[in-house]
Amino acid sequence: MSSADLTSERDLPPERETSVRGDIAPARDGPRDTGMDDASLHRWLARTWRTPPGIIGALSSVDHKVIARRYLITAFLFLCLGGLNAVAMRIQLSGPQRGLIGPDLYNQLFTMHGVTMMFLFAVPIVQATGIYLVPLMVGTRNIAFPRLNAFGYWVYVSGGLFAWVSFALAMAPDVGWFAYVPLSGPEFSPGKRADVWAQMITYTEVSSLAVAVATIVTVLKQRAPGMSLDKIPLYVWALLVTSFVVVFAMPAVMITSTFLILDRLVGTHIFNPAEGGDALLFQHLFWFFGHPEVYIIFLPATGMVSSIIPAFARRPAFGHLGLVLSLIAVGFLSFGLWVHHMFATGLPKLGASFFTASSMLIAIPNGVQIFCWLATLWDGRPVIRTPLLFVFGFFFTFVIGGLTGVMLASVPLDLQVHDTYFVVAHFHYVLIGGSVFPLLGAAYFWFPKITGRMMSERLGRWHFWLAMIGFNAAFFPMHIVGLWGMPRRVYTYPAELDWGNINLFISAGAVLFFLSFVLFAFNLVHGALRGTPAGDNPWDAGTLEWATSSPPPSYNFTRIPVVTNVEPLWAERGALPVASGLRVDARELIISTVAEAHPDIREKSATPSIWPLLAAIAVGATFLYSIFTPWAIIWGAAPIAVTLVGWFWPKGDPEDEE
Amino acid sequence: MNQRPVLDISDLPTFGHGPRSPTWWGTLGFMALEGTGFALAAGAYLYLATLWPNWRLSAPVPNHWPGTIVTLLLIVSLVPNHILNGYAKRCAMGPVRIGMVVMSLLGLAPLVVRWFEFPALNIYWDTNAYGSMIWVLLGLHTTHLITDVGDTIVLTVLMFTHHGYSGRRFGDVGDNVFYWDFVVLTWIPIYLLIYWLPRLG
Repeated sequence: MSSADLTSERDLPPERETSVRGDIAPARDGPRDTGMDDASLHRWLARTWRTPPGIIGALSSVDHKVIARRYLITAFLFLCLGGLNAVAMRIQLSGPQRGLIGPDLYNQLFTMHGVTMMFLFAVPIVQATGIYLVPLMVGTRNIAFPRLNAFGYWVYVSGGLFAWVSFALAMAPDVGWFAYVPLSGPEFSPGKRADVWAQMITYTEVSSLAVAVATIVTVLKQRAPGMSLDKIPLYVWALLVTSFVVVFAMPAVMITSTFLILDRLVGTHIFNPAEGGDALLFQHLFWFFGHPEVYIIFLPATGMVSSIIPAFARRPAFGHLGLVLSLIAVGFLSFGLWVHHMFATGLPKLGASFFTASSMLIAIPNGVQIFCWLATLWDGRPVIRTPLLFVFGFFFTFVIGGLTGVMLASVPLDLQVHDTYFVVAHFHYVLIGGSVFPLLGAAYFWFPKITGRMMSERLGRWHFWLAMIGFNAAFFPMHIVGLWGMPRRVYTYPAELDWGNINLFISAGAVLFFLSFVLFAFNLVHGALRGTPAGDNPWDAGTLEWATSSPPPSYNFTRIPVVTNVEPLWAERGALPVASGLRVDARELIISTVAEAHPDIREKSATPSIWPLLAAIAVGATFLYSIFTPWAIIWGAAPIAVTLVGWFWPKGDPEDEE
Repeated sequence: MNQRPVLDISDLPTFGHGPRSPTWWGTLGFMALEGTGFALAAGAYLYLATLWPNWRLSAPVPNHWPGTIVTLLLIVSLVPNHILNGYAKRCAMGPVRIGMVVMSLLGLAPLVVRWFEFPALNIYWDTNAYGSMIWVLLGLHTTHLITDVGDTIVLTVLMFTHHGYSGRRFGDVGDNVFYWDFVVLTWIPIYLLIYWLPRLG
């Protein structure tokens, strides 16, 4: 820590109230790490921080890395399922009037594709990456509220299973991923399909809200000493801003889906214009969530890009402050755009103009980010490896998606191509280009940290080109067929329209794109089993996650690092400055002050517990039951209360005291 | 990677109150997201109210008295709530126990009166959208009231066991005080929306 940091008066912790001890049991102290040799330290910490053995032990884990690994694998499986949905649709559309899939199944397919990709893949996987990396990057031993984090995972898995078991039973939602009323209302969607949508949405958003709060508190209060706001890695900034967007956006979709299920199950009239409700209200509430959602997916991806580029350009990111301010600006602006999804609903012209302007405005901070990255590469000595290739793929694809976005922001053009394949092409360029390509780059980049082994570079290059060609072959022609007037969400089209050839080409591209993921999956498995050992820091990158072993031990760091620079490992090549004085027989970590990260408290982190799983089961059963009767909420309250009390009641571990 | 110890943190305390503690920030995070939920529900109500010229849609005005009593009870409860906070900061077990019992009772009292609020709305949730929205608003707040009272009672019991003698538990009491403030403050706009806005129409 530099002398400037030590003498800084700002944000110092308040005077410690050592005199006011009050009615507190005498402190039971334990052994500290001060002066302890590395081997003993490892033995102590490994025993204190381990996940207990056995099945119950595994289900009780609160280790952020274990939970994140499960999240990543689960989200990847949902990606495969959502991808198979897409392949099925593309086979049906590969020629005019094919009879492979009927309209009813097709409706379920495109709904499940959207729901899976948005709610079960995109948001969970960016949050999962954050759960793994944020605690490591800020130099702490576990995420804040580890049990809440575990609970979030179980809620997410059961929500996903709920949706997919419904699909297997042919009762999957068939009303589109945004389930507009009146189509999804009680009058036009009898049966349980729309209820499955509503409850599954409410339920999985509980999970992402829990993770968002845990992430925010980890970043604000658990940073390593010295990591003041200006030294927070860009990826962590991205996750922090994203988590704030989640906190303010996700409640909107929960309100929407709750209102919908109330209309459907207990006869309220919130969206029923015949009784004083309003159908457009649904769209406002949904898109107040839905547009920030795009940035919830995109901002973490920009954080990944901001991590990958400095590592391969061999210099710190150009315009660090500009990049941080852009992230924050995008976070705010993302809440001012939602109406551009509703241009075709006949809103007042003045309102529409406002949202056109704000939609174009958000291109500015995004553009600033792109130019900062280009400047970093320009000034650096780029080493082209697979992660960087995917970043180039991201530039190319995302810029195209951004440009069609600026086009769609203008009302006349939007009205013309609304609900056509032009829009489908646009948002796949934005979402796959803006998020999936950086995620794939991130997978190659951080895989060595997670598994301790490298993925194959040669297969990685094949993967990149296959993905790039497959993606563009599948989605670029959709712009054209969209301009020709082909509508979204139709299960077939007549031969006379002459859309057959181009659709066949699109389907071939889609298959190629799908194969690129098969190759990726092979590379993942092959790398995990046979990859060359990676060592701690295979890319010679500068942030703290590379300071520990690969894979990191359960306790992350033997001693908590003290941060002096935004790329701490580049600034301290000789030896990493660290803090000492934590207990090793209890799960202690450092709580620091929000702005300057002055160490303030030695706090205990929660121990493993089975209760979060039981609580998730109780909550899940209640939600499932509630699509059949509103009394489920009453019946479910007791088991939920019992499991929550079990979760919070102290068990006498040292971690439960003080 | 080699390490070089530069900072000794062995003297740091093991708990802190208020914004020093992560739990306080977590509570604040949940308040932010739940507050957003309240704001959006209130926004939806106002959206519908401005959309229809004769809002209340010919329903009778609600009887505001049970709601007004709840409001007064909630505002009064803020006083012992903040006295309790002072004792929690000083980790004084006796007064904290008394304060927690008082706050449990002051949580149950508005809940009892709340029971009479629903019939006093003078409309059912399935009559029209106005009825739906005021039931939703009242239901949303009642959910928070029930959860927080449940939480307060569990914590009260905990403070009477040996687990209570811990800095962390006193911190929990402080966070409970903090959350109760939120439950009270969110009620004020909802009270005005449910009982007084319809009187304007």
